[in-house]
Amino acid sequence: MRDTLTKVASYGYAGLIYGFIFLPVAVLVLFSFQDGRLPVPPFNGFSLQWYEAVFADRKLMAALANSFMVAIVSSVIACLLGFLAAYALARYKLPGSALQRGLLIAPMTVSYLIIALGLLTVLNTFGIKLSLWTVGIGHVVINLPLCFAIIFSSMGDHHINIERAARDLGANDFKVMALVTAPMLLPSILAAFFLSVTFSWDEFIIAFLLSRFDVTLPVEIWSLLRSGLNPKTNAIGSLVFLVSVAVLAVLELTLFGRTKKS
Amino acid sequence: MTAPVSVHNASKTFGAFTALNDVSLDIKAGEFIVLLGPSGCGKTTLLSILGGFQSPTKGRVTIGGKDMTSVPPAKRPTTTMFQDYALFPHMKLRDNVGFGLRMRGMAKAERDDKALGFLDLVGLKASADKKPHELSGGQRQRVALARALAVDPDVLLLDEPLGALDLKLRRQMQDELKAIQKRVGTTFVHVTHDQEEAMAIADRIVVMNQGRIEDFGPPADIYMRPRSVFSAGFMGEVNFIPGTVKSADAGSALVETAVGSIALPIKSFTVSAPVAGQTITLCIRPEHFRRAGEAEGPVASLGEATVTGSAFFGTHYRCHLKPSAAPDLTVVAHMPQSAAVADGQIVPLAVNLADIVALPSGGN
Repeated sequence: MRDTLTKVASYGYAGLIYGFIFLPVAVLVLFSFQDGRLPVPPFNGFSLQWYEAVFADRKLMAALANSFMVAIVSSVIACLLGFLAAYALARYKLPGSALQRGLLIAPMTVSYLIIALGLLTVLNTFGIKLSLWTVGIGHVVINLPLCFAIIFSSMGDHHINIERAARDLGANDFKVMALVTAPMLLPSILAAFFLSVTFSWDEFIIAFLLSRFDVTLPVEIWSLLRSGLNPKTNAIGSLVFLVSVAVLAVLELTLFGRTKKS
Repeated sequence: MTAPVSVHNASKTFGAFTALNDVSLDIKAGEFIVLLGPSGCGKTTLLSILGGFQSPTKGRVTIGGKDMTSVPPAKRPTTTMFQDYALFPHMKLRDNVGFGLRMRGMAKAERDDKALGFLDLVGLKASADKKPHELSGGQRQRVALARALAVDPDVLLLDEPLGALDLKLRRQMQDELKAIQKRVGTTFVHVTHDQEEAMAIADRIVVMNQGRIEDFGPPADIYMRPRSVFSAGFMGEVNFIPGTVKSADAGSALVETAVGSIALPIKSFTVSAPVAGQTITLCIRPEHFRRAGEAEGPVASLGEATVTGSAFFGTHYRCHLKPSAAPDLTVVAHMPQSAAVADGQIVPLAVNLADIVALPSGGN
């Protein structure tokens, strides 16, 4: 009797937690299929018309493509820089290495708004025009600390002998890094990359403040919202959610499954 | 290929700590040398200096007659086999073994061929397409050996390669290492703290302690005729009996000990000729005690002793004995399997004179 009660209570608790987290998303996805003009209850019936509208909307599709570009390019750069910084700090004795590590991580603690304002000032000072490139720069700034932290933490001392062995067999520094260190750390490099992609994909403030004519998807969605609630925003939101889930699924299946095995 | 190795007066200090203290060593081409000593004795530091991973604070290293003191590891005719094998986890075995050849610019087909040959040498040809994590410890070790040998080094450095293996596998790998070394003819320098391993594989053993070389020679010499108290104790169980030289002439010396006076031949003194009045330490291995009448050649009698404890070890009884003349002393002796040993029994102690080694007390 008591056992059943505890069981029911714990299941109920888990259900509430998941409901709290996922109910908004579920509602969003549900009303993206709304057959009607307003994404609010009651649910009038199932329709794909809003998805049709999304795919027919050139501006939205352009924003989607822009978001992809910015996410991929900025994440590649953030991973590359993060890897190089982690390699240097993990393998060489550098002056003030604790301070340098701190400086690399520091942008994590600064709000995106401050970073965006700072970048805006710098870009203005140098007369650089706002574009998707400047958004990308902003995303490298926010994702580099993350990539650095993930990759640095996976550079264990047990890798040192492996790199030493490579050097002993005649590899120069670049070959050690490209043929041994990076492939060895591939799981964490990919984890950093995909996380960085999802962060860039979702990011609004920096993308809003540092872009001009070409915008990323969150900025485009925001301008849609200004004209009122519309099941179309639900449809595009569902698509964004789907992409994030897909990236996470890839991450889970390829990386975490693999690390368990080895 | 193979080459001789020389170390001239090498020292290595880390701050106030001296890891290596004025070490000189000459290794012949094609020799299997074992650096033996407790942890912290400097053996791994010496190996790192030979491999180029560390440079000596003072002194020089030559390999094949060329000065290598400040040549980086990649440019030396040496390869190192690491304690943790240090295989490349993301590469197949054939790519692991072929890595050094790839760095030397060998074409893929040719190096695959050569890698397979070396995998065959260590009995892993069939696993060429596996990755290191699919292998057992012993197999990984073989791959590490094949990888190190594939670049045809003059000198192979082995850093406690058998340390992580269980006892049975270790004995088996020792035989294999020795056989492979004979086949390839490369100079091997092997680090270990296991004296049985050292004796099993070495042509010559370097016994090290506190950054210095204590003893250097073939295993039998190191065991039977050690040249330092440390070396005698490290190579196996030994009884130390303090004594004083009463008189010495060209052929023998009279030594007084707690268990009686012994006239020792001059060749018992492995380090320096005896001087009257000198305090010395006699080293007697437990298996060198003989029962009266059983010994060949001249025998030293050490009086009688009482058995205070014994245990059967298969090949022998290991007994603790208390000499009647010196009840403070405890002597460990091996008795034959057939001996009926009982606590409290009184037995005569005797040793072949040729088996006793006399060393100056208090180190060198």
